[in-house]
Amino acid sequence: MTQSGQYNFAYLDEQTKRMIRRALLKGLAIPGYQVPFASREMPMPYGWGTGGVQVTAACLVPEDCLKVIDQGADDTTNAVSIRKFFQRTAGVDVTEQTTASTVIQTRHRIPETPLREGQILVYQVPIPEPLRFIEPRETETRKMHALAEYGLMHVKLYEDIARHGAISTAYAYPVSVEGRYVMDPSPIPKFDNPKMEMAGIQLFGAGREQRIYALPPYTRVVSLDFEDYPFDPMRAEHPCDMCGAEDTYLDEVIIDDAGGRMFVCSDTDHCTARRAAGHRGRLAATEDAA
Amino acid sequence: MSTPLLQVRDLHKFYGDRLGCGDVNFDLYPGEVLGIVGESGSGKSTLLNCLAGHLAPERGQVLFDTRDQGLVDTLTMSEPRRRLLARTDWAFVHQHARDGLRMNVSAGGNVGERLMAVGDRHYGNIRAQAIDWLDRVEITADRVDDRPSAFSGGMQQRLQIARNLVTGPRLVFMDEPTGGLDVSVQARLLDLLRGLVREMGLSAIIVTHDLAVVRLLADRLMVMKSGHVVESGLTDQVLDDPQHAYTQLLVSSVLQV
Amino acid sequence: MIHLENVQKTFTLHNQGSAEIPVLSGAGFTVNPGECVALSGASGAGKSTLMRMIYGNYLTQGGRIMIGDVDVVTAEPREILNLRRDTLGYVSQFLRVVPRVPTLDVVAEPLLRVGTPRDVAEARARDLLARLNIPERLWSLSPTTFSGGEQQRVNIARGFAHAFPALLLDEPTASLDAMNRAVVMDLIHEAKARGTAIVGIFHDAEARAAVCDREIDVTAFTPGMN
Repeated sequence: MTQSGQYNFAYLDEQTKRMIRRALLKGLAIPGYQVPFASREMPMPYGWGTGGVQVTAACLVPEDCLKVIDQGADDTTNAVSIRKFFQRTAGVDVTEQTTASTVIQTRHRIPETPLREGQILVYQVPIPEPLRFIEPRETETRKMHALAEYGLMHVKLYEDIARHGAISTAYAYPVSVEGRYVMDPSPIPKFDNPKMEMAGIQLFGAGREQRIYALPPYTRVVSLDFEDYPFDPMRAEHPCDMCGAEDTYLDEVIIDDAGGRMFVCSDTDHCTARRAAGHRGRLAATEDAA
Repeated sequence: MSTPLLQVRDLHKFYGDRLGCGDVNFDLYPGEVLGIVGESGSGKSTLLNCLAGHLAPERGQVLFDTRDQGLVDTLTMSEPRRRLLARTDWAFVHQHARDGLRMNVSAGGNVGERLMAVGDRHYGNIRAQAIDWLDRVEITADRVDDRPSAFSGGMQQRLQIARNLVTGPRLVFMDEPTGGLDVSVQARLLDLLRGLVREMGLSAIIVTHDLAVVRLLADRLMVMKSGHVVESGLTDQVLDDPQHAYTQLLVSSVLQV
Repeated sequence: MIHLENVQKTFTLHNQGSAEIPVLSGAGFTVNPGECVALSGASGAGKSTLMRMIYGNYLTQGGRIMIGDVDVVTAEPREILNLRRDTLGYVSQFLRVVPRVPTLDVVAEPLLRVGTPRDVAEARARDLLARLNIPERLWSLSPTTFSGGEQQRVNIARGFAHAFPALLLDEPTASLDAMNRAVVMDLIHEAKARGTAIVGIFHDAEARAAVCDREIDVTAFTPGMN
């Protein structure tokens, strides 16, 4: 089964892939439930996406076209190295276009372009347990999940409002899945939370914590909130300075040492595609002239 | 007469071969406060933890008068049900406040947790109730966002009580509620507890080794030694006319102030 | 109202060589509603012990102590608690209260416990405190800091707040000045007129003669003293 002559297809041995696929299927059967799995050592440090890589490896087939993003960008170190890793170990096609891909591994973003049926979105997850920071005992959090005792999750949101006047949790914002399990959506901005009700399959891999969980297509995903402090998918109040989009998640970039700044789409593919279609933001013209 | 709130029958708890507590039988009626006294290692805390569902006894029954089904054995009821009881109709006040509080959550969040656990999802209501309860335990509203680590020992203990009573429980378990507090703080806490017990019609089981505490708080007393109840009766009767040798020793050992 | 029959009491001191000390035997008498009976006898004859037995504070080894239709000897603790709440009052020699509770609340408490509305209970408490010459500025303070005489008057006010059908009085007039003693005697007369059955210990012969209908010599029930 070797592709390159040196590695198994997609690096992992077949038994490991089978084990991970079983965990993935269980996760899909019980949306939001954290399935323990025997996470392997991967040739990269924990925190660099070992969980996501194992899930991606277990999903890939030779016909797949892979896209890897890191906080929306296709061209950062993390994204580039993982993309190269699979090019080398699986020999699959790679792309930077959301629409052209079949499997997307992501760190902390959901692409702006809605996914279609048949696409798979793989998340890298640092800490899968949403209750961890308030209840440190794993035995207790497991019991709370089993019995759907989720009052504690609201204690965290309560603390936010008490301290900051609003729910200040801006990423890894907890969600309730199909009215049953409370799930950590990985550190995506809460701006992306509403997108989780999508046509694609979403798979979550936490390598260090050895947990896999999943959302089947069209799963109901509700962000937790209070009646008098409803969920608000916050967004910086600017259009993208490159493509002029007013409905995308933006990165703030400091451009000089005099307090100058610009806002650009965090999804580089989306921004590039819009500019190719002729959209222009505040600073795009000068850049094109340069 | 009304049905008992709690009926304990033939309760035994062993640690290996060693007896934790044994042959415990009693009834607790609504509005009654039962004190359990005895020296360290007499099995009083073991008994309390068995009653509250923290320890599983080997034998016996703990029947609780549930709102929907009447008397149900809490030892054989399903765990979700028992946990639901523990955060609605029961309360447990620990000796060390830090065992009963979330130290990294504000006072308001500590009090509000039980409300959120039973489904309250309105921040304004939760906060108003938290402030109301802090006031009832004599913590001013401006401390609502402080963490318990910024509170004195007595305040932490009062916060723990507020956190427990906010859902209007019917039965409160207390393990040495005044232990480790200096006497003036103790007196204030006892006064508060007495008022709340009276006002809310609570039943309570209080474990302590402090006879002055039970004299003030408890209607009835059980004296434990080596895992067994050696004497029980009206609090003032047991303290003023003790019948068992151990109780006589216990009562006569108290230093007079 | 209060009826004792062949009442026995023995103290067993387990930690002092299991000494058995018989204190009372064959005690019996009846107190009817509206009657006040004084227990008499030398010091150590067992007057206070007998009072405490009637109140359920001391255990009784044999016989019957009927308060209305409840037998204190065999009653369950909570029956005695109910009895003490509704039927049987006790004015002891010493005031025992929770620190910090204001005097007015201390006095009103027996009424609140039987379900009297707070305003009515407090009005009665004010009335009693005023009659017993406790200055009004002290009502909002805890009685723990009061003088001995003031504490005793607070204790009496508390004991007479609720109209118990049966009342036990342990030295109610001791250490009171003439004016306050007269108030206490009035309170006892009023209670009798309401139909309260009273058992009391009065060392003050004058007071005893004024309020008591008859005397019972406890010495008659004391083993080894007759």
